[in-house]
Amino acid sequence: MNKVVNDFSIIVGTKNGSGSSTANNTILRAIFKMGIPVSGKNLFPSNIQGLPTWYTIRVSKDGYTGRRETNDIVIAMNPDSFSRDLASVAPGGAFFYADDIKQPITRTDIAVYPMPVKQIIRDDPNVPTDYRDLVGNMVYVGVLAQMVGIDIEKIEAALDFHFKGKQKPISMNMGAINAGAEWAKENLEKKDAFGLKEMDKTDGLIMADGNTAGALGSIFGGAQFVAWYPITPATSLAESMNDYFPTLRKREDGKHTYAVVQAEDELAAIGMAIGAGWSGLRSMTSTSGPGLSLMTEFAGLAYFAEVPIVVWDVQRVGPSTGLPTRTSQGDLTFVNFIGHGDTHSIILLPGDVYECFEFGWKSFDIAERIQTPVFVLSDLDMGMNQWMSKPFAYPDTPMDRGKIVWEKDIEELKGTWGRYLDRDGDGIAYRTVPGNRNPMSAYFTRGTGHNENARYSEEADVFVNNMDRLVRKHETARKYVPAPVLHKTRGATVGIIGFGSTESAIIEAMHKLDNDHDLKADFLRVRALPFTKEVTKFIEKYDQIFVVEMNRDGQMNQILTIEYPQYATKFKSVAFGDGMPASAKWVREGILAKYDAGNAKGKTKAKSTAGKSKKAATVKNSPAKVKKTPAKKTSSRNK
Amino acid sequence: MTTPLPMAGTPANTNTVGLTKNDYRGNPTTLCKGCGHNSISSQIVAAMYEMNVLPENVIKFSGIGCSSKSPTYFMNRSFGFNSLHGRMPSIATGALFGDASMKGIGVSGDGDTASIGMGQFKHIMRRNVDMVYIVENNGVYGLTKGQFSATAEEGLALKKHGKNSYMPVDICMEAVISNATFVARSFAGNPKQVKDLLKAAFGHKGIAVLDIISPCVTFNNQSNSFHSYAWGKDHEEPLHDITYIAPRNEIMLEEEMKEGEIREVSMHDGSIIILKNLDKNHDPTNRAEALQILDEAEQNNWLATGLIYVKTDKPSLEETYNLVDTPLNRLTESDLRPAPEMLEKVNALMF
Repeated sequence: MNKVVNDFSIIVGTKNGSGSSTANNTILRAIFKMGIPVSGKNLFPSNIQGLPTWYTIRVSKDGYTGRRETNDIVIAMNPDSFSRDLASVAPGGAFFYADDIKQPITRTDIAVYPMPVKQIIRDDPNVPTDYRDLVGNMVYVGVLAQMVGIDIEKIEAALDFHFKGKQKPISMNMGAINAGAEWAKENLEKKDAFGLKEMDKTDGLIMADGNTAGALGSIFGGAQFVAWYPITPATSLAESMNDYFPTLRKREDGKHTYAVVQAEDELAAIGMAIGAGWSGLRSMTSTSGPGLSLMTEFAGLAYFAEVPIVVWDVQRVGPSTGLPTRTSQGDLTFVNFIGHGDTHSIILLPGDVYECFEFGWKSFDIAERIQTPVFVLSDLDMGMNQWMSKPFAYPDTPMDRGKIVWEKDIEELKGTWGRYLDRDGDGIAYRTVPGNRNPMSAYFTRGTGHNENARYSEEADVFVNNMDRLVRKHETARKYVPAPVLHKTRGATVGIIGFGSTESAIIEAMHKLDNDHDLKADFLRVRALPFTKEVTKFIEKYDQIFVVEMNRDGQMNQILTIEYPQYATKFKSVAFGDGMPASAKWVREGILAKYDAGNAKGKTKAKSTAGKSKKAATVKNSPAKVKKTPAKKTSSRNK
Repeated sequence: MTTPLPMAGTPANTNTVGLTKNDYRGNPTTLCKGCGHNSISSQIVAAMYEMNVLPENVIKFSGIGCSSKSPTYFMNRSFGFNSLHGRMPSIATGALFGDASMKGIGVSGDGDTASIGMGQFKHIMRRNVDMVYIVENNGVYGLTKGQFSATAEEGLALKKHGKNSYMPVDICMEAVISNATFVARSFAGNPKQVKDLLKAAFGHKGIAVLDIISPCVTFNNQSNSFHSYAWGKDHEEPLHDITYIAPRNEIMLEEEMKEGEIREVSMHDGSIIILKNLDKNHDPTNRAEALQILDEAEQNNWLATGLIYVKTDKPSLEETYNLVDTPLNRLTESDLRPAPEMLEKVNALMF
């Protein structure tokens, strides 16, 4: 049997609320500590206890973190999903199951390992009766560790992290793990090909989820006011702020430089955030689709009254309540045009947890500079799952508080100040905030028509001038939002545009397309709306551009078509929204289905042999063979 | 009865912060002639002038509707935010965190508060945000030309809409039930009481609700309507005569002291309101009694006006947040951005 080392998937099927997350995170972190690139995704139901839930772990020596569609190792702990779990194992895969589940094993093409989970726990004198179910999950950790070679020391380190060094739970769980491993050593014969071997590929990396990263980034961005309302999958973002604020913003006098308010609903959450942003605070809220629907009216007010706030949208599947615990990129067009009347939004699109941190602080700079809401669109997969990442980078620019004027500034402006007066021609006016004691500083903010001095006006030309200034302001914003990231392939003939959490799946698909189909693509990961000039350059370069996204209608494709009508025929939408994180398989198949071989620049063979393996995460900086020169360095992050 | 306290040592038309009444005025009103709201705006101007409040220390708020337009008609030197229909409370809650030394004055209406805004209204009560929350209550939607509001009494007939068949919302009762810390009712046709209650409300630290029956001269001023001048004049039952005593004028109290009839309430800023009981003998610090008096008024078709409920020992929302002394909106990068070594620690935590 050929050994498969460091390149397989593990799926654990349990009951929701059975406490398996500690076990699964322990496996994930232990593999990470072994230096092997790994990613974990929790596929959970909208339920507190009882429904089937799965945790998928992908081990990838090449560093791919996109979802893998084949289930190589399946661990079945839940009788309710047993037959489904058994059927899901790929031929040649391995199936571990709790042997108290008495259901027929109908497969002969896989390795099958029963585990006496209940027996092992019952025999352990250190596990109190009411802890048996919880700690029972650790038995499969031990069995798996023995069978695929997870280093027990690394498991202990993972537990130590999880239980913050508390010895009692650590030793109780380690007992179960060791017992599981011992039992497997004595009783199981290895019949599958999967194994782990230590690497050094995670050296210097951290592991975090996007919501924590976003919260931390916001705190390093000087967040002062957070109003929020609980909603999956955004809840942990605000909760993380509550967790970290007291430590990170600790002062000697014990007083607070921030306030977090749990509002009565999303209407109030964004209302409070707008009030605080208007009065000069770095203010934010976090939500998901249904919450954002409720926030729409207020978003329009903030746009028109020009109030800086940051709104995190950790996307889940809509419409309506949709699939509340599944991931999506389905809010893009909604947010782009949020509010009635003519509006356009600034949207930041972090691609990973590193950027969740970065955009956490950057979003405040942009919001205060442009004086408008900034929406940060993450998603459930990025927000709630654990991802490998470079350590978060300290902000490399000082805070930009934008055009805010205080008492002395008003005096110097000598009566030429007007809240909505465009003195600089960039569409951005100067603003004052309450608490400014200069008698000339006050103005009356409103969502009704207003002139340059913020006075009520229904005059046609006054209204049009103001609306035109908002367009000018939006143009200015292009200079402040993050530029895209380019991943190049030598000799690329087509382009791919994507955004957000699909990056790794797209890169993996890109390598596959190159190796197996000889279809060479450059991949531009867009990081913001409005589009920057780099996006235009990229679009000009290719005749076929595949726009990859996780929604039904191809929303990025729609926006690109509106923004670049002259290039509309180039765009080919590869959109799919079933609530599952993107996999390289659907990206690749989607692109192949839309690919027009007769219309590609340069020579492209239809298909080629598989087998060559390319490294992910380190895309080669290769000069393009075709005439066009690369627009940007490979994998460069532009400010 | 209206006798502003003498301000020794200051010119007659200038208050102790050196401002004239004109410094408290706003733009000319665009509401209907005779609208009760205009009379309330005038009393706000008078109360703020007499209380020597710096307009720069006040933020005005409103929602949407006739009432919500009125912050334009007073105190031009104060910041103002005319927000969304029913959403004044959330805007005010957030805005007042910017500089906690500021005081909010919000003007809402019965539609803005008791219909679309009922949720936010009740939640700002329980949060005890430090602001005066005025409801200019006329029982009718004016800007959309005369529909019933949620405070319209059952059986009221309006031109285009026939008879109102729903029970009314009692704003004061809702406020008391939601744990508001200052609840008063008044009548726009009784400017002296409006002004004294405004002063008391402004002196209160926390949420102060003023439900002011303010007749709509265009759409709902029929003499049989609860929200009309004629009805109000006939049915008003003041719970007490109110006298507001500014801080540092305690000496004035002595002559008015009379056992049994007089009830004093000390406000946070050192001011005192003296309630001279009329026949109702109402204790406004008793929550159950407050609800009882409201219920009684409804049963007997009275317009019970005066200070209905007050609780002075509850911290305001901002006080519970233990904020730094510097206004939050004056903090700078050195206060707000943690040091680089803090990020190193964070990264080390991220297994």
